[in-house]
Amino acid sequence: MSSTPHINDLLYRMADDALIIAHRNSEWTGLGPILEEDIAFSSIAQDKLGHAQALYGMLHTLGEPEPDRNAFNRNEQGMRCCHLVELPIGDYAFSLVRHALFDVAESLRYEMLERSSFEPLAKLAAKVRGEIKYHVFHATTWLEQLGARGNEASRARMQAAIDECMPLALGIFEKTEHEERIVADGVFAGEEALQTRWLETIGPVLERASFVMHDPAALTPAYGGRRGYHTEHLQPLLEEMGEVFRLDPDAEW
Amino acid sequence: MNTIHPKILDSLDPRIARAGISAETDAPFEAPPELDQFETWEVFHMAKRGERAEHVGSLHAPNAEMALVLAKEQYGRRSRTVAIWVARTSDVHAITVDDADIFETTPEKLHREARGFRVGTRLTEFKRARRAENEGAAEAKEGEG
Repeated sequence: MSSTPHINDLLYRMADDALIIAHRNSEWTGLGPILEEDIAFSSIAQDKLGHAQALYGMLHTLGEPEPDRNAFNRNEQGMRCCHLVELPIGDYAFSLVRHALFDVAESLRYEMLERSSFEPLAKLAAKVRGEIKYHVFHATTWLEQLGARGNEASRARMQAAIDECMPLALGIFEKTEHEERIVADGVFAGEEALQTRWLETIGPVLERASFVMHDPAALTPAYGGRRGYHTEHLQPLLEEMGEVFRLDPDAEW
Repeated sequence: MNTIHPKILDSLDPRIARAGISAETDAPFEAPPELDQFETWEVFHMAKRGERAEHVGSLHAPNAEMALVLAKEQYGRRSRTVAIWVARTSDVHAITVDDADIFETTPEKLHREARGFRVGTRLTEFKRARRAENEGAAEAKEGEG
């Protein structure tokens, strides 16, 4: 039994989010809209995989399985990612909007974690600051490009993706039974504080890009992921991701 | 002739399988519309603070902001980078290689070229002399011990 179940809970949520969005975004590799963007988006996916690896590494030092096994050998009930990251890549508008909503939340989360009482997390937060700064720069520039600087068709497709993603994005901030202790111990300022900051940030970002953000209070957040209840899209993805690993889990790479 | 239901390319790579690419290799391609590419931008890369930014290549982008977004991964990910500059290719004015002959000069004016100064040779000689001197001193010291 782990002595830090609340830290494990937070780390699993963050690591699984990073792993799954990394895999989803990497599905665009070779299929991106233009060569330059293909490279940029693939690099971002790779950065996310690095974040997942660092977080699974931390979990390993806390007594959890080693990173590869942890990433590739769990089924959906064991996963703690939010629904937003699980969905298929859709069209590029969907993938860009998901990337923007998720990465603005990531940048705020890691910024808050720089003051974490759990030192390895505070160190990681400082280390990935630059990478996430680029992820947000990439995402927000694309939003403006296809919004304020785009045309009617690009604006309509992006707005549809925003409307689809917004309830899913609110699912990022789903609290677990460990929330109280996470906040009390100073590990993280909490999902509620993060959601407040996210809403304050994402509103103006969308507005600058000439998109409309509907009243979040009127939406039903897509909860469940943090407790192991997922969309139908996660399990097939896990099977595809872990297929090679499970052929021989003890293989030396 | 094309069949009514074109065969989809079957691949072990699930991304390719999902993309629904036609397996008909001789299927006619639609001609791309004119100007289907963004304009090009020239990229300059600075490796160290205070050093000059050097031209490293170009890329496609619709405007300066997007050019910077794309240049960062395109040219900044392989080596140490502290700054990236971009400029529209159409803003670069050039004497092109077609006119390379205007840089030619007559043999009488070779003094204009920096190679007239033999600093490099003299510096090498000076260094060699110093090294010999140091080695001599070291050997003398060893002899004492």
